[in-house]
Amino acid sequence: PAETFHNLQELRHSASLANKIFIQRDYSEGTTCKFQTKFPSELESRIEWTLFEDTVKTLNNYYAEAEKIGGQSYLEGCLACATAYLIFLCMETRYEKVLKKIAKYIQEQNEKIYAPRGLLITDPIERGMRVIEICIYEDRGSSGSSSGSSSVSGSTAR
Amino acid sequence: MKNCEYQQIDPRALTVSPSSAQIHTVKKVQRLRRKWEVFPGKNRFLCDGRFILARQSGVLPLTLGLIIVTCCLFFAFDCPFLVEHLTVFIPVIGGMLFLFVTISLLRTSFTDPGILPRATPDEAADIEKQIDTSGSSTYRPPPRTKEILINQQVVKLKYCFTCKMFRPPRTSHCSLCDNCVERFDHHCPWVGNCVGKRNYRFFYSFIVSLSFLTSFIFGCVITHITLRKYSHSLSRSVCTILVICFFSIWSILGLSGFHTYLVASNLTTNEDIKGSWSSKRGTEDSGNPYSYNSIITNCCATLCGPMPPSLIDRRGFLPPDEAGPAASTSEIELPPFAAKNGTHMVG
Repeated sequence: PAETFHNLQELRHSASLANKIFIQRDYSEGTTCKFQTKFPSELESRIEWTLFEDTVKTLNNYYAEAEKIGGQSYLEGCLACATAYLIFLCMETRYEKVLKKIAKYIQEQNEKIYAPRGLLITDPIERGMRVIEICIYEDRGSSGSSSGSSSVSGSTAR
Repeated sequence: MKNCEYQQIDPRALTVSPSSAQIHTVKKVQRLRRKWEVFPGKNRFLCDGRFILARQSGVLPLTLGLIIVTCCLFFAFDCPFLVEHLTVFIPVIGGMLFLFVTISLLRTSFTDPGILPRATPDEAADIEKQIDTSGSSTYRPPPRTKEILINQQVVKLKYCFTCKMFRPPRTSHCSLCDNCVERFDHHCPWVGNCVGKRNYRFFYSFIVSLSFLTSFIFGCVITHITLRKYSHSLSRSVCTILVICFFSIWSILGLSGFHTYLVASNLTTNEDIKGSWSSKRGTEDSGNPYSYNSIITNCCATLCGPMPPSLIDRRGFLPPDEAGPAASTSEIELPPFAAKNGTHMVG
């Protein structure tokens, strides 16, 4: 692991990322936020699919929890209406609380599982909740795999 | 350096060492800009990104003006008489309604309706790769659609040329604001903003409470006239109020009724106008796939559902400019052919 970190550090400064893959949304159940659990082929050599699926499923569960319509959300909604929605200015909504949990979870997953394998997950909220972006870093020695996407811009800025 | 925008690299594990980076050492000392300053849509931002408004604010000043003028006239001329002859609660109720209407209106106008940020260049490139481009001779590729299944029903997703992505279901591109908005209802000039997922409940509260307010004022004025037994011509203020109320009542009540129907069936104005879910094909079950098939659940889900967060992060800081050209517009650079939303129709 330490060695991989070291490589990542150097790689970040000297070259663009090898590849970025995007996990798209799964709309089969409507407009609620859910991501596809299909295992992308580019990750086959990098990580076990059970770990990947576990991450995506946990994220989906978090989002389902945030968007759940039930007793608590009705209470929040009615209270907000009664106070002419001014309560949103001082109170954190349940959605925001869950988003914070998600951010922490992603960071933890990155540290423990993905970074040691040369991968990094970007929080979907930073991509408009449309995709889970996974950056794939290559070891310095090997040649970059299909660099179609990395030619767009020197993405170290990002 | 905390890379606020992307958090791709875990700051604890990977600290930026500027030694080997030729680019990073050239760090321009400049004021960190916030993301709203480089936002690509046609929006206006107030209070350093705290409030968002469409660039053409439409007739929002007129709406506000009408409401305020009518209420002031009401309080000044009708209330004293009615308090004397009826009850002191008249101005109290009037005042509360007026406050609720104004707050709902301002919330509708200044809240992000659910704008989707445009696709990053990497994401757009990834999508392009997946689309089958049959080498057509025309410069502009044919409209791209993707069919997906939602609750066992086929729904077509369209590709947005401006935002470079496939629009999620129920999302539409507003040509006035030049943004894709989630659960797009319509662009309301009275309110000066789009009405979408995040501010639909405010909009609904606004029109419903406005109906109550106009009906209330209308009723009070009629009562006033009746009690006073005007035999000669009505005073100017009463006339003004009557006229404004009379015309607005029909339109506002009608609009409230229409939107109540939409809320109960979990539809948007956009879908209703386009007839997306009307039974065009007889055999297929082309009902609304988003409806919960229960009026109460639909109402609760639309109006009392959880409040989604804003996706555009107006007040976040941009990373300091690197040597890359136009790196500040980290969103898009329209390639020459990407027309200005040839879909200038909604959806």
